[in-house]
Amino acid sequence: MLNVNIVGQIGDLDIKANFTVEEGTLTALFGRSGSGKTTIINMISGLLRPNRGYIAIDQNILFDSEHSINIAPDKRSIGYVFQENLLFPHLSVEKNLRYAEKLTLKKDRFTEFDEVIELLGISNLLQRRTSALSGGEQKRVALGRALLANPQVLLMDEPLTGLDLARKSEILPFIDRIRERVKLPIIYVSHDIDEVLTLSDQIALVHEGQTQLVGPTEDVINKAEPLLGGNEPFTVLSGSITDHVNSFGLTTVKTLAGPIQIPGLVSSLGSKVRLRILARDVSLALRKPQDISVLNILEGTIKEISHLQLGIVMIKVALRDNLTIHARITRHACDKLNLNVGVSVFALIKSAAVDKF
Amino acid sequence: MVPLSPDELTAIELSLRIAFWSVLISTPFALFFAWLLARRNFVGKLLVDGIIHLPLVLPPVVVGYILLVLLGRNGLIGAWLYETLNVSVIFKWQGAVIASAVMGFPLMVRAMRLSLEGVNQGLEKAARTLGAGPIRVFLTVTLPLISPGILTGVVLGFARSLGEFGATITFVSNIPGETRTLPLALYTFTQVPSGDSMAFRLTIISVALAFISLFLSELLARRIRAKVGN
Repeated sequence: MLNVNIVGQIGDLDIKANFTVEEGTLTALFGRSGSGKTTIINMISGLLRPNRGYIAIDQNILFDSEHSINIAPDKRSIGYVFQENLLFPHLSVEKNLRYAEKLTLKKDRFTEFDEVIELLGISNLLQRRTSALSGGEQKRVALGRALLANPQVLLMDEPLTGLDLARKSEILPFIDRIRERVKLPIIYVSHDIDEVLTLSDQIALVHEGQTQLVGPTEDVINKAEPLLGGNEPFTVLSGSITDHVNSFGLTTVKTLAGPIQIPGLVSSLGSKVRLRILARDVSLALRKPQDISVLNILEGTIKEISHLQLGIVMIKVALRDNLTIHARITRHACDKLNLNVGVSVFALIKSAAVDKF
Repeated sequence: MVPLSPDELTAIELSLRIAFWSVLISTPFALFFAWLLARRNFVGKLLVDGIIHLPLVLPPVVVGYILLVLLGRNGLIGAWLYETLNVSVIFKWQGAVIASAVMGFPLMVRAMRLSLEGVNQGLEKAARTLGAGPIRVFLTVTLPLISPGILTGVVLGFARSLGEFGATITFVSNIPGETRTLPLALYTFTQVPSGDSMAFRLTIISVALAFISLFLSELLARRIRAKVGN
């Protein structure tokens, strides 16, 4: 387990980070650009020095200001995938991958060269120059190089930023595979909610240099709505796939709030997924409607009504099991149905509008 | 073409020998100061930078004279060297090496510093996270990446040494077979009434030597660039 509790200052940014990451799980350091995410992982890697606090991997202390311990970056057993890859231009792909080979003790090695190049699908690139690689290939080589350093922790700094959509979907499965195959604590820096929803088990929300909210992905996302700001508010529900309705091409996801149908025959039965439901795709009804195209109907109680802008209200509906869902409807509809806090309603969610991660 | 005379051969050999040793000796020091100026901040950096660049702006004769004052048999360092180690570089080809090294030093430092400043320090950080200590990082990442800059520095230093005149003649005089390099030999011939044809031959030799050096350095530069991948 990686344990981070540090305070520091870089420029005029006050850093305060406090979180733990379990083996085999991925924690997203999530926040806007310039919020200090990279600074935090640089402190974990030893490239920057915090003022106070401690960083430890299990019993192995990397930094402890109280006991004046500050291990050099090369002695920290950390795998760092940089945003700009930083492959050595004077070495071939293979030499890049093998750079750390002689620098780790035999007994500390748990990654095999052949296994890693197979995992990342880079065996046909070994003799190439790094400058002759595409963006996606460079990223995979950078991932491989970090893994072959036999790290105790894997740090990834916005590994998908700067790649186009096709490249992103090329890299994503590899990161997922790494998490499953190599049981390491992984820290993943990102400002992209889609990546975070796809990959992370836990989120540490970073705002102005501080990790403000730390917890399971759904909890933090649903709690941090105002902090995330910007776009359309949304709700994230997690669940597992229980049924594929072949004749209709639908997939049923069982969530704590009730079953939700999503289009397509996606993922395998039993696999865990996250669903994102935008507030504007949720309608409300006082009675359970019949003869309607909407497939997903969840029962709940109105918890909060806020006036967003002229003509629009945002309604928070409490569902089963302490879950809530956001609905954005017109002021006119709100008044017509006489919606108030405490009123029982049915939330209607268009299947076609649900995003699956 | 008329074959080279023994005197001419001696001057060529001497010029090359002096250039070779002056570059060989100053390269590690130049690299160190280039690194110091490119990567470190310290009190008096401007002063160190200034002192290194002095030979570039001072008249070479002044540099030669300063060397004479410092390293001459009665000089500040020279007297001590002579008394304790019984060594004197005055009027010796080794003295010419020192004069050349000092004159070429700023050019070498400049070239190496520029290329050091061009190295993406992120690559060095990446190497650190892969388990390499600072010295290994320098040897396996920094040094290969700046090798074109080191070569440029070496070529500049070598060329500067082949052309060195003022500091050499002031410091170690113009002694045939010991300190009379090509430029000094050429100068000597221009001072005697019948020396024109000899001076012309030396001019041709100098031009040929310069061309060969440039050609070889370009060849080497290409190989290095191909290897480093710039």
